[in-house]
Amino acid sequence: MNQEVLRIGKYEFTSRLIVGTGKYPSLEVMRQAHEASETQMVTVAIRRIHLDDPSGKTLLDYLDRSKYAILPNTAGCFTAKDAVLTAHLAREALQTDLIKLEVIGDTDTLYPDTRETIAAAEILVKDGFTVLPYIVDDPVACKRLEEIGCAAVMPLAAPIGSGLGVCNPYSIRIIKECAKIPVIVDAGVGTASDAAIAMELGVDALLMNTGIAAANDPVLMAHAMRNAVMAGRQAFLAGRMEKRLYANASSPMQDLIGTSRRK
Amino acid sequence: MKATINGEARELETGLTFAELLDQLGVSQSGIAVARNDQVLRRGALGEERIREGDRIEIIRAVAGG
Repeated sequence: MNQEVLRIGKYEFTSRLIVGTGKYPSLEVMRQAHEASETQMVTVAIRRIHLDDPSGKTLLDYLDRSKYAILPNTAGCFTAKDAVLTAHLAREALQTDLIKLEVIGDTDTLYPDTRETIAAAEILVKDGFTVLPYIVDDPVACKRLEEIGCAAVMPLAAPIGSGLGVCNPYSIRIIKECAKIPVIVDAGVGTASDAAIAMELGVDALLMNTGIAAANDPVLMAHAMRNAVMAGRQAFLAGRMEKRLYANASSPMQDLIGTSRRK
Repeated sequence: MKATINGEARELETGLTFAELLDQLGVSQSGIAVARNDQVLRRGALGEERIREGDRIEIIRAVAGG
């Protein structure tokens, strides 16, 4: 099979799985999980350094930047203003224009604040960022973000860290059918079947963190997710058979041996 | 001279540059970024820009996240 290319702004990827760096039992396990996932882009968060302990081995020591593009996020921001400042700090610290825009509206659901997300996206696109916004599974919100000039839209499958899988496949399908930019399902994927189901809807890629990091064996789950994303993508491209209510025999029903039949 | 660094009030020498502040804090310049009063400073400017009385300074780095 030809290697398909995923284009996000000016960036190109052959992997369709973006992986987080949070919640792993150790940074070494994270490094191995990244390898097993065959991801080409990993997310990081941006936080204040601790003034009392500024040194020590950092996350970046465990990320091989020749293998992985770094996708900094604005997680933890509740306003467009904070998200824009965080994005600018991330660009300076990591020397990348990629930004996962995340403006949270509520601490229990971690649902994005659509108004603030759109406001921040407008500013960041003008400031030259490659903006990948985390957003509700709302086709209209996704359309607005595309019109603004975002490089992709990242609707949630389910709340962050919930592992519930794709809760609203119909919305995700509509978003994908309407979008001219890549659609990346972000958040809520709990296991390999969730990943395959999301990819079978036709979306371009998945972003996940907890689904891998919180597995009993994150490295093995990373490998499973890699396989599921590939399988789901291939099944989507292959085009599934139509569902039917009754059976349809795979073997011929003519020239049968014997004479007794059930009606 | 008073300034706030990552939300903490600090007493600093007058005329200190941002690069000197990072040295004093033991922070390497790689992988970090600095903002003064919500304006991000270019890495090349850290050695020239001086901290002013009342500045709100943010020093950040990448941490694990999703």
